[in-house]
Amino acid sequence: MQFGDPLSVTTPTDTQIVITRGFTAPPHLVYACYTQPSLIRRWLTGPDGWTMPVCAYDARPGGSYRFEWHGPGGEGFLAVSGDISQIDAIRYIDSQEVFDGGVMGPAYRAELAFELDGRGTRLLNTLTYTSLAHRDMVAATGMAEGMEMSFRSLDRLLAAEQG
Amino acid sequence: MSNAARLDATFHALSDPTRRAILARLAQEGDVTVMALAEPFAMSQPAISKHLKVLEKAGLVSRGRDAQKRPVHLEAQPLAEATGWLIEYRRYWQAQFGRLDDLLDELQRLEAAAGKN
Repeated sequence: MQFGDPLSVTTPTDTQIVITRGFTAPPHLVYACYTQPSLIRRWLTGPDGWTMPVCAYDARPGGSYRFEWHGPGGEGFLAVSGDISQIDAIRYIDSQEVFDGGVMGPAYRAELAFELDGRGTRLLNTLTYTSLAHRDMVAATGMAEGMEMSFRSLDRLLAAEQG
Repeated sequence: MSNAARLDATFHALSDPTRRAILARLAQEGDVTVMALAEPFAMSQPAISKHLKVLEKAGLVSRGRDAQKRPVHLEAQPLAEATGWLIEYRRYWQAQFGRLDDLLDELQRLEAAAGKN
């Protein structure tokens, strides 16, 4: 399964989602935008009207990060924390991530690879979940263009649970 | 219940494999009695009833009026709300990457300008 361009999403194994995206900038810049709070704040800001009052990123092995988003008028809250297990500047980051309140289920592995592609960067974001059901619950974000499609993916989730 | 609380209840209800299996069965077979629901599981009726209470609280199932059987009925609306929320989440990521493109353009312009000095 693959959809979308230039943002593409594939499911290479039962527990994984791989998001790829090309950028017309070299890897060191894309890496900087993912690891420096002052730059993260410029783009990872959430939907219109949302703010990002907490943005911390300690880019070293054993380091951690936390992002918090607040909705307009005090309505809505989303937060994610991560622990970095491996980091290779401008090339690769391996971490364990979990959203507050179990919004995306239990902690999952998030890998970011920044590959030189011509004069640009190919970003590979590999998300590894704890189970097929966990993965498919999250995959509903990308499988669907509309409600009908997402119901089909939900059907698959439910069918998988039965089989 | 607020939207957020309702989503929490939906995701909590869906976090258990027995409860997902119950929903799958209801989706396939229509209304089913508690006794019939307990059959495929190595579980007592009270244990199944406990799971049903969680599903009922989340609004994912309702119980029929037939006092004898009280069959369990699948309610699709909260699932629709949960998946709708997830679709919004993908839209959110598309928008983020668009912003990242703009930021990268700006950084490249700054680098190019610095290189000329």
